[in-house]
Amino acid sequence: MAQPIRTRMGDGELVMMPAQEIKEDILEGSKDAAERGNIPELSTEELDKLFNIIAEPGRIVSVEPGEEVVVIDDGSVLGLISEQGDSGAGLPLSRSQAILTYERACGADTVLMPHHDFSFKPVKSIINYETQEYYTVSQMTTAPLFYGAQPNMGLYYRPDGPCENPSELLPLGKIKEARQAQLDAAAMMEDDIVDVFKELNNVGLEGINLDTCGSAGDADLMAALNACLRIKKINPDMPVVMGMSSEFVLGMHGEVEFDGKRLAGMYPHKQVEVVEKAGADIFGPAINVNTSESIPWNLSRAVTFIKAASEVSNIPVYPNVGMGVCGIPMLESSAVDCVTRASKALVQIGKADGL
Amino acid sequence: MPIAHILASCMGGIRTAGDLVAWMQMTKKMRLNEAKLYVADKLGIAVMDLINEDVMRPLREELGIGTSIAIPGAVKGIIAKHNIAKLLDIEINSVNLFHSKLK
Repeated sequence: MAQPIRTRMGDGELVMMPAQEIKEDILEGSKDAAERGNIPELSTEELDKLFNIIAEPGRIVSVEPGEEVVVIDDGSVLGLISEQGDSGAGLPLSRSQAILTYERACGADTVLMPHHDFSFKPVKSIINYETQEYYTVSQMTTAPLFYGAQPNMGLYYRPDGPCENPSELLPLGKIKEARQAQLDAAAMMEDDIVDVFKELNNVGLEGINLDTCGSAGDADLMAALNACLRIKKINPDMPVVMGMSSEFVLGMHGEVEFDGKRLAGMYPHKQVEVVEKAGADIFGPAINVNTSESIPWNLSRAVTFIKAASEVSNIPVYPNVGMGVCGIPMLESSAVDCVTRASKALVQIGKADGL
Repeated sequence: MPIAHILASCMGGIRTAGDLVAWMQMTKKMRLNEAKLYVADKLGIAVMDLINEDVMRPLREELGIGTSIAIPGAVKGIIAKHNIAKLLDIEINSVNLFHSKLK
């Protein structure tokens, strides 16, 4: 009987699974994505390829020479200098030192300047500090330097913000009021993103990453898409990355639309259509991880969704591959065996243009 | 986490030609293969050499497009990006700002 194969659960627990069980999980994961998204399952050949990636005996795996993709980030330098909230190492480096370390010592394809809070709302009040540091760093970096933050509409609700909180209104049956609160918050958030962009654009911004779009639901995504439209109107050459918060747009409002399409319920292969329409240059889908299922199940599911999005997309597709998305275990200390397998599978089978 | 992805599937940034391919994807919306072909053509090398350190290390120094190695006096930063914008025929906002400040 063949030796069981070393893999993990979605929460990172190390498990030894028989090959047949892994094959069954891969098949089930792909079926789950296909049913939810109404997209094709992986072919027999692709399922076999994914099994072989998972079953590779090496501790870490990689793509073959010539298959490399562009790897960008949404705040990797925080992993060097920040604290536990970002799985950070807490190194006593400045943000600019961390960016240059990531560019020159790590060989990243692009770099990104993040605000520690990583949301546009708190950036607005310290924008002069951000523009000064961005300008200084942009004189030193050679790789593309993005500025990135989350739209994060939740910050506009009470008690953190001025708008009524839909999570309090909805249980009271105040549907109309909850929807209005979301529209109010969306308008404020859209203006904040554009205001921050304008200031950075004036100091030579090379690209902007709207990360974790839709985290507060469909109105959050709508505001980010509208902000992207406005950014492109101000500077048509400005590269915009739009990364998603999850595989499915939550219908917290339920009725908001973009380009005549209802946003609630969209999966990645539909999300990319509205992201393209907004003028974004790179789309970053995020596929949820189920911590109770195995990584073969989760990764197969992620690859199925990403392949479907990549096939219909006219712009580069860069799946999010941080903790707890796209087949990466929900584990504070990343498990490199799974990280590298996800990397390889998303490129080789998911046809990702980057990560 | 990002280091693991860099080792598994990344083009290599300024060690090779990863930043150049990234510029084409983000400024021209090019899909991966199109961007690689475009950059290889501009550099006058084979696509497979885009990730070949042995080719890219001296070529980057020769073209003045920045290297990961600290070479005293060699081009880096905004001057490298000026050369990259020219080489790839793209607009880079920081470079345009730099040009606008020159007397």
